[in-house]
Amino acid sequence: MPLVTASNLPDPDAAYRMIVEANRGLSPAQSAALQAAALLILANHLGDPQILKDALALARATAVEEVK
Amino acid sequence: MGLSLAIDLAQRGRKVVLLDDADRIGEGSRAICFSKRALEVWDRLGVGERMRAKGVEWKVGKVFLGDGLVYSFDLLPEGGHKMPAFINLQQYYAEKYLVERVLDLPAIDLRWRNKVTAIERGNDHVRLTIETPDGPYTLSAEYLVACDGARSQLRNMVGAEFVGETFEDQFLIADVKMTAAFPTERWFWFDPPFHTGQSALLHRQPDDVWRIDLQLGPDADPKEETRPERVRPRIERMLGHGDFDFEWISLYRFQCRRMQRFLHGRVIFAGDAAHQVSPFGARGANSGLEDAENLAWKLDLVLDGASHALLESYDTERTQAADDNIGHSTRSTDFIAPHSPFERALRNATLRLARHADFAKRMVNAGRLSTPTVYDTPLSTPDTEAWSGRMRPGMALVDAPLADAEGRPRFLTEVFAGKGCRFTLVTMGINGAIETPRNVARIDIGTAGGYRDETGAFAERWGAEAGAAYLLRPDGYLAARMKAPTPSGLEAALRRAQAQ
Repeated sequence: MPLVTASNLPDPDAAYRMIVEANRGLSPAQSAALQAAALLILANHLGDPQILKDALALARATAVEEVK
Repeated sequence: MGLSLAIDLAQRGRKVVLLDDADRIGEGSRAICFSKRALEVWDRLGVGERMRAKGVEWKVGKVFLGDGLVYSFDLLPEGGHKMPAFINLQQYYAEKYLVERVLDLPAIDLRWRNKVTAIERGNDHVRLTIETPDGPYTLSAEYLVACDGARSQLRNMVGAEFVGETFEDQFLIADVKMTAAFPTERWFWFDPPFHTGQSALLHRQPDDVWRIDLQLGPDADPKEETRPERVRPRIERMLGHGDFDFEWISLYRFQCRRMQRFLHGRVIFAGDAAHQVSPFGARGANSGLEDAENLAWKLDLVLDGASHALLESYDTERTQAADDNIGHSTRSTDFIAPHSPFERALRNATLRLARHADFAKRMVNAGRLSTPTVYDTPLSTPDTEAWSGRMRPGMALVDAPLADAEGRPRFLTEVFAGKGCRFTLVTMGINGAIETPRNVARIDIGTAGGYRDETGAFAERWGAEAGAAYLLRPDGYLAARMKAPTPSGLEAALRRAQAQ
C-alpha cells in the first residue's frame, strides 16, 4: 500500500488541534521531546518500513524547502 | 587471531611461519568478550575448554536509564549448547593459551621480534624482508596473511586505503580489581546518577577484575583523563567506595571502517587489519576469529590446487560480515553518542518511552552482541524446499545435544570437530541409503548405530525430518540441505561449495 496523501481523517481540523493542544504549555525542549516520542510511537503503530520511509522522505523534502 | 589461524592451518597439515614484532603477548585486558562462535572455533583448535574454564560465562545484559532498569536481555535462553553465549576473559589469557597451543604444534614456527619491513609480490609467492635483533633476512611464502592489527603496516605496504567513519566521543576504559557481589551480567547505564549525561558499562572478568567503561564526550583530554588520580574519583562515585586497584586504564575514540578488498594477490588481510568497529557489541576480536575460520580451510584447499575463486569467496563472505558488523556497531555508537541535538532528543525519547511501551525497549541500543553473519554466498546451494527450524544455507551450524551409540552425551559441534573439520554430511534417519561423497565425513543421526537426538533439539533447530541430509563446509557453515538427497545433488553441492 502506498503512502496515503489524500485526506484520510474524519475531522482533519480536530486532529490538527489535537497536536497543537498536546504541545501547549511545553517548553521548546519539551515540545521537541514530544515530537520525537510521537514519531516513534506512530512509526511503531504503523509497522510498515516502506510507508515510514515514504512519509519521512515527504517530511524531509518539505523541511528542506521551508528552511533553506 | 593470527595465532588461531596458524593453529587451524597447522591442524590441516600446513606449515606456518608466524611473525610477531613484539617479544611477547600483549599487555592490558583489551578485548574481553568472546562469543559462543569464537568458543566453538577455539574448541576445534584445542583451546576452547581451557578458555571457558578460565573465563566467566554470561548471557544476561541489563540496560538502565538513571538508576532504573529499562530492559534486560538473555542471549541464550535455551539449553543444549556446548558453549555459553559469551565468556569474559582478558585478552592476555586468550593469547597465552593460544601461544601454548602453538608451541605444541611443530608445524608452526613462531618467531618473536620479527618485523616485516618490506614485501615484494610475485605471481606465485610473496617475498618478505624481515628485521630481527640479529639482523635482517628474507623469506618466501606462498601466501601471506596480514593479521597485524588496526595500524597494519602491511596494509600500507600494499597501498590499500582504510577509510570510514570516525566517532568524536571518547570513552574511558578502566579495569579495576575488587571483590564485589554484582552478578555476572553486562550492565549498561544511560545517564546514571554517578556519571550524569553520559553512559557507563560494568562487566566482570576473571580474577576479580571488572571492566568499567565511561563515556567522556568529545572534548576530554586523553593525558589528563587517564591519570589514576583523575580516574579514581569517577570510579568511586560509581561504586560508592574506594576499595579497588587499577589493572589497566585507557582512553578510546572509535572508528568504523574496512578495506575495500581483503585479498591483494597473495597478501590476505584479516582481523583489525582489514576492518575496525566500535567495541559496542564485541565484534572486533570475534569477527577476527570468524575471518580466521573462514580463511583456513579455503587456503588449505587452494594450496591443494582448488580454484582461486574459493579464496575470492573469503573476500565476498568476510567483507559482507564486516559490513554487517560495522552496520550494527555504528547504530549502537550513534545511539550511545548522538550526533546532533535532534538525535539526542530522539534517543532520550526512546529511553523514556521504553519505561512505558514495549516497542521502545527493542529500540534501545546499548550494543547488539556479536553473532556470526549468515553468508549470502555463491558457495551455498539455494534451498529448493521449505524448511522449518532456524538453520539456513550460509549459517554456522547451530549446536544440539546428542547421544552416541553407547548413550554418552555429545554435542553436535564436538562431533563435527571430531570428524576433522572437513566437508561433512549430516543425515537424519537415513539407513545407509545414501552414499557419502569422496573425502567427505559423515554424521548419522536417528539411525541404528548412529547418534541419537533424544531431546528432539536437533530436529527442531535444524527442521530435520527423516531422510534429510545437510552438507557442512569445513568451517561448519551449512552449504546445502536436501529433503531427498541424491548422489548427483550432493556432488553438485560439494563442487559449488569449493567454487568449482
